[in-house]
Amino acid sequence: MSEKAEATGPALVTIEVDGVEMQAPKGSMIIEATDRHGIDVPRFCYHRKLSIAANCRMCLVDVEKAPKPLPACSTPVTDGMKVSTRSERALKAQKGVMEFLLINHPLDCPICDQGGECELQDLALGYGRGVSRFSERKRVVKDENLGPLIASEMTRCIHCTRCVRFLEEVAGTRELGGMYRGEHLEISTYVGHGVHSEMSGNIIDLCPVGALTSRPYRFTARAWEMLSHPSVSPHDSVGSNLEIHHVRGSIKRVVPGENDSVNECWLADRDRFGYQGVYSDDRLARPMIRGESGWEETDWELALEEVVRQLRGVVDGHGADALGALVAGNATLEEQYLLGRLARGLGTANIDSRLRQADFSDQDRRPPFPWLGLALEDLERQKAVLFVGGNPRADQPIINHRLRKAVKAGARVSYINPQRHEFNYRTDQHVVVPSAMVRELALIAAALLDLTGGEAPGGLDTLRDGAKPGETHKALAKELRDAGRGAVLLGSLAECHPQASALRALAALIGKHADVAHGVIPEAANLAGAWLAGAVPHRQAGGIPEKIPGLDARDMLEQPRKGYLLLGLEPELDCADGAAAMAALRQAETVICMTPFVTGSMLDYATVLLPVAAFGETSGTFVSAEGRWQAFPGVAQPVGEARPGWRLLRVLGNLLELDGFDYNACDEIGAEVERLCESVQPAAVSEWRVPPVVRPEKGMQRIGAVPMYAVDSVVRRAAALQQTPQATDISVGLHPSDAAALNLADAEWVEVRLRGNSVRLPLRIDDSVAKGAVSVPSGLRETAALGPMFGALSLKRA
Amino acid sequence: MSIEEHADTPLKPGLRAEIDAWVAKFPPEGKRSAVIPALHVVQNANGGYLTEELMRAVADYLELPHTAVYEVATFYTMFDTAPVGRHKVNICTNISCMLMGSDAIVEHCEKRLGIRLGETTPDRRITLKVEEECLAACVGGPMMVVDGHYYTQLTPEKVDEILDNLE
Repeated sequence: MSEKAEATGPALVTIEVDGVEMQAPKGSMIIEATDRHGIDVPRFCYHRKLSIAANCRMCLVDVEKAPKPLPACSTPVTDGMKVSTRSERALKAQKGVMEFLLINHPLDCPICDQGGECELQDLALGYGRGVSRFSERKRVVKDENLGPLIASEMTRCIHCTRCVRFLEEVAGTRELGGMYRGEHLEISTYVGHGVHSEMSGNIIDLCPVGALTSRPYRFTARAWEMLSHPSVSPHDSVGSNLEIHHVRGSIKRVVPGENDSVNECWLADRDRFGYQGVYSDDRLARPMIRGESGWEETDWELALEEVVRQLRGVVDGHGADALGALVAGNATLEEQYLLGRLARGLGTANIDSRLRQADFSDQDRRPPFPWLGLALEDLERQKAVLFVGGNPRADQPIINHRLRKAVKAGARVSYINPQRHEFNYRTDQHVVVPSAMVRELALIAAALLDLTGGEAPGGLDTLRDGAKPGETHKALAKELRDAGRGAVLLGSLAECHPQASALRALAALIGKHADVAHGVIPEAANLAGAWLAGAVPHRQAGGIPEKIPGLDARDMLEQPRKGYLLLGLEPELDCADGAAAMAALRQAETVICMTPFVTGSMLDYATVLLPVAAFGETSGTFVSAEGRWQAFPGVAQPVGEARPGWRLLRVLGNLLELDGFDYNACDEIGAEVERLCESVQPAAVSEWRVPPVVRPEKGMQRIGAVPMYAVDSVVRRAAALQQTPQATDISVGLHPSDAAALNLADAEWVEVRLRGNSVRLPLRIDDSVAKGAVSVPSGLRETAALGPMFGALSLKRA
Repeated sequence: MSIEEHADTPLKPGLRAEIDAWVAKFPPEGKRSAVIPALHVVQNANGGYLTEELMRAVADYLELPHTAVYEVATFYTMFDTAPVGRHKVNICTNISCMLMGSDAIVEHCEKRLGIRLGETTPDRRITLKVEEECLAACVGGPMMVVDGHYYTQLTPEKVDEILDNLE
């Protein structure tokens, strides 16, 4: 058929399946039509998100006029086609295939983790024979170690190749393949180096049999004894939908919740295996008070009375401004809202969730909440994306997945970063030291203005530091302007950058003049929610400006307070400057920690410890980067006497005799915030204001990016994730030419000094790091003592 | 996948030239088609077998995922992924040859050389390969291929003569 006829022909054809007439798009496969109409066709290898392999042959159906049964997954519909999925010929073919599939499949269902939720088991019930006609020996396949997340039992594999196709097509890392051939075929890495994709856990869901199962979940529950409840991931601002599987309130595993607008049917490993951290050994089980003779466990009533007494003590003795409240960016909207109201009720607006940020100078001009600038789903439809500061592959794997889809569809994605990252798609990466990121972006803006004839706004010339746009800048500017659909995105590292306001202003400027979207990716799951809930010092819930803004997260620590209220954070790991945080907390009279976990440092600085519910244990709401409100129920039984944060804050509000703390349920609070946010529209920064110019300190510049499995207190305790190479490789990255210049080329360990603090770490010579910069990850115990995520540091051999 | 530098590749310039000659025979977007000849080139230069390092080098050179090259190398019996003897003896055991008595030929070879199919003589002179598929000389069965040369209508005496003449 000619192209023209193809284009003008009917888009839909009519087919008949099992006597039911249905319409299907031309060129689609029979199985897509039957799936849409709820007609069950058995299958193993077919998956709607993966390419068609047609190698399991289980979906054979009877097509009129066809000489033999045809696979429904790879037979396109044609007008007038008559299909029978249950005719004698179809059933005979399906049963035949099933018999072959079972020849080599072990009969170990009772000891197989997949038992009870196994596609092969289910279909064998319908299509298998009661007794096997094969008396030959079954084959046995040696297992290889796929890493700490995935357990394998390859003897059970039926070679559907879903895992192989997923890793190649979706994860973009072809780590598994079909080795050998015929009856010797094995799904394997061949060299035994494991599966390391940040999305690897999905192959567990995809595997239709028990060949690939979850290692952390293994043998801990059976499918039929678990209940499933929806939830939302607390680890990044994507808001991936989850299903929590639990037995009597104890979380056994997490699987994806399907939502095509958010995470489709995939989950990043962090979202899937993070739950393990909930049951870490250092959960705080009971409230504790620091008394004359040290720490003592107590009951809730006494603990709360003590909290009230101490808070009053600070407020009465030093004024409300002596109090500071810090709340994790992945606390629920309800917790953030109540803590904000509590602080304000006590007379201070010193509350913040932007713990890792350092530049708040543009906060008054920022939109009601940090917004991605477009819908998550639209990312994959962009033609050009400029991504500044961040590695979405580690920070927000689902955003990276969407960008990868865009690239596969022909988009160009460029990065400006202090470090080159390994992406699973083609990118242009421009690597400069952290302080030069502003200049690079300013040069792109300048190149763009040259192109469009726009006038350079005041201050742009200062930001570009006298430099002239080079070919790269011009090319990037042109690419964005010509994209039609494009975006400038600021990642987690940009949001935490000491000159974040300049980056935001420049991104907005580029967005405006290239006529593309621009936005930021909040670095925590519910940071957008925190802005909306009033857990920021300059805005109350609903984005109402605070008359007298309180201190931001940085000032609260740099200008130490007398009392602190902390909710859900480990300040030394979750704040931009862990060392400053620790110093501020140690000098305070009162530090109330509302925390799921108790750490040695908390015992050092806190005065009261209140156990709060962790992920899965509390109901609440998260607002994602795209501004999607997602409420979720409390599913698991809180460990020990831990209570959901909203309940605790509600009682505390009452005990402090503050007005309007009489909530009966969490959703009342959520609804209240939602009402306050009724008129809030997502928006991006629009007007240009000259950002402050910060001259970098002299010396090598730290890149203190937070590794993917160190972003929050739950993930940091997820045992299996902590065993992955992404978590275990903690080292200082230095460019080879800098290593040579500093005479460190052969050094194994180095001492890193930053503002008088120092740590000792292994050295990694790494040409992906910008010359003049040093990668020293933050969010880790090993580097917590060092202080700020960015800044000048020195290195010496250790 | 990251494209690695070729600086420290085990593919020496001579080998690369040979591979390039194969690559040139395919359209640029079909570069991957050169994987089989490239593996042959590399295998021949490495005493008849492939190492992981060599397979990875071929993969990087042809810009293929490593796994894809492992798949090819393990799929075809003409590639060996473990050290082999100086001579490779492939006896066809597919249906035509089997009907013409290839089982007896295999048995004879095994006895004569003192090794089983898939093994190499201790002096590393001969590897008896496990040959799964038809070698396309049914008309002359039973038959075998020794180092690429076809020998047909085999008898135990004929096999002895061939094996004895191998260095």
